Amino acid sequence: MALVARLVSLAVLLALWQGVSVYADVRTLPAPSAVFAFILREAQSGNLLFNVGVTLARVGVSFVIAMSLGVLLGIALGRSKLADRLLDTPLLMVLNTPALVVTVLAYVWLGLTETAAIVAVAINKLPNVAVIMREGARGLDPGLEEMARTYRLDRRTWIAHVLLPQLQPFMVAAARSGISLAWKIVLVVELLGRPNGVGFAINYYFTLFDVTAVIGYSVVFMSVMLAIDALILQPLDAHVRRWR
Amino acid sequence: MSAAGAESEPAAGAELSAAAAPLLTVRIDRKVYRRARTEPVEAVRDLAFSLRPAEITCLIGPSGAGKTTTLRILLGLDPDFEGAVTPDPNAVGIAMVFQDPRLLPWRTIEQNVRLGLPRARRGRDLDGVFESLGLTPWRGRFPGALSLGMQRRVALARALALEPRVLVLDEPFVSLDDNAAAGLRALVVETVAQRGTSILMVTHNVGEALEIADRLLLVSARPAHLLAAVPLDRPRGQRDRSFLEATRADLAGRFPGVIAQ
Repeated sequence: MALVARLVSLAVLLALWQGVSVYADVRTLPAPSAVFAFILREAQSGNLLFNVGVTLARVGVSFVIAMSLGVLLGIALGRSKLADRLLDTPLLMVLNTPALVVTVLAYVWLGLTETAAIVAVAINKLPNVAVIMREGARGLDPGLEEMARTYRLDRRTWIAHVLLPQLQPFMVAAARSGISLAWKIVLVVELLGRPNGVGFAINYYFTLFDVTAVIGYSVVFMSVMLAIDALILQPLDAHVRRWR
Repeated sequence: MSAAGAESEPAAGAELSAAAAPLLTVRIDRKVYRRARTEPVEAVRDLAFSLRPAEITCLIGPSGAGKTTTLRILLGLDPDFEGAVTPDPNAVGIAMVFQDPRLLPWRTIEQNVRLGLPRARRGRDLDGVFESLGLTPWRGRFPGALSLGMQRRVALARALALEPRVLVLDEPFVSLDDNAAAGLRALVVETVAQRGTSILMVTHNVGEALEIADRLLLVSARPAHLLAAVPLDRPRGQRDRSFLEATRADLAGRFPGVIAQ
């Protein structure tokens, strides 16, 4: 039923797009069929797979870095008042720095390199993860903490069976919001300083004013990210909530 | 006269306990809570008692009298007090059943019980514990699937699996129906008889305490201090209704602030 509803809404969107494109200028809003023809062409040439692959790799690496550092930082902030007081202001500053500024500075300081690109994405995403995890670490059940101390649970047991299960829903939330953030930023980063990837391709076709290609690339990449959410992150979410 | 002596003769445990050496002696001269920007609150003043093997001790007092504070100190969770707990509570073997079950909802019943054990003993055979508490069919389920009464049983199983020498129960039978409460009470009494465990139970239910306790500790309102230690000499099986009513009336006359008519 849920799937049917999703498919119906998708079909309505496509029909709307098709309908509007009939009246609009072909150059500014191509019909869905034209976009799909472009996707097919680009896939056959191999460019599509290459650019999407490169971008996915960047999203993947920076996502892993931002998640692991952000989770650790968030737990530290949530558990230690001192850490929170010391780091709250810097965190807010980074959180409110535009992605563009972080990216430009990363390229200036680290050069136009792959490292700079990944660092830029990771730094953009890290504060969001930390803030979500901080909420999780603040909300630990005091009753369970007391139980853990009364039963003298060793550190490993406490982390694996008391701490992490309470943080898991927050980790999944951070991952889901984080991955969509990461791929949006990665395109900006690629546009500004990488010779490949979806962001680069979109910029290239923008200079040619090829709207069909721009929409084509974004449709493909959006689909990939939706698939990752539906096939990996949502099942993960269901798994960590299975005991409810 | 040693603790081991009492354990080897569980049937005579109740009689022996009065003479047996204490497992744990608690002496709290003063416990004051100090928080920034609020008046210090004195929770406990001059509260001392001992726990002996194969004895059920019930701690009775008004709400907010510092009973939980006393338990926390006894468990070694709060070192900030004047007085002493001897020997070190970490060395005695104390298990605790909290008022709310405090199970890990994301772990199965079996895992909950095993995780309460030290790592080295986690693989031990627990069939007997689960069987005696009627939990065998539920071992693979999550706590959320169980009623409150059953969850309390799991909490009790977790404590008993440790084979503690002292078992502390904080109002363990509150908000259970009469049958469930009676069933759990019987299990607790049986544990004392079989293993010579020393039990300290905090309760508001005077009737319940009179039924199962060997000794009542009556505690005043905050700051908590010991009003009286009342031994109940009649064996548990012979406490009939007239005994319970007469004892209750007598105590209510002597300690009107703690025990209601």
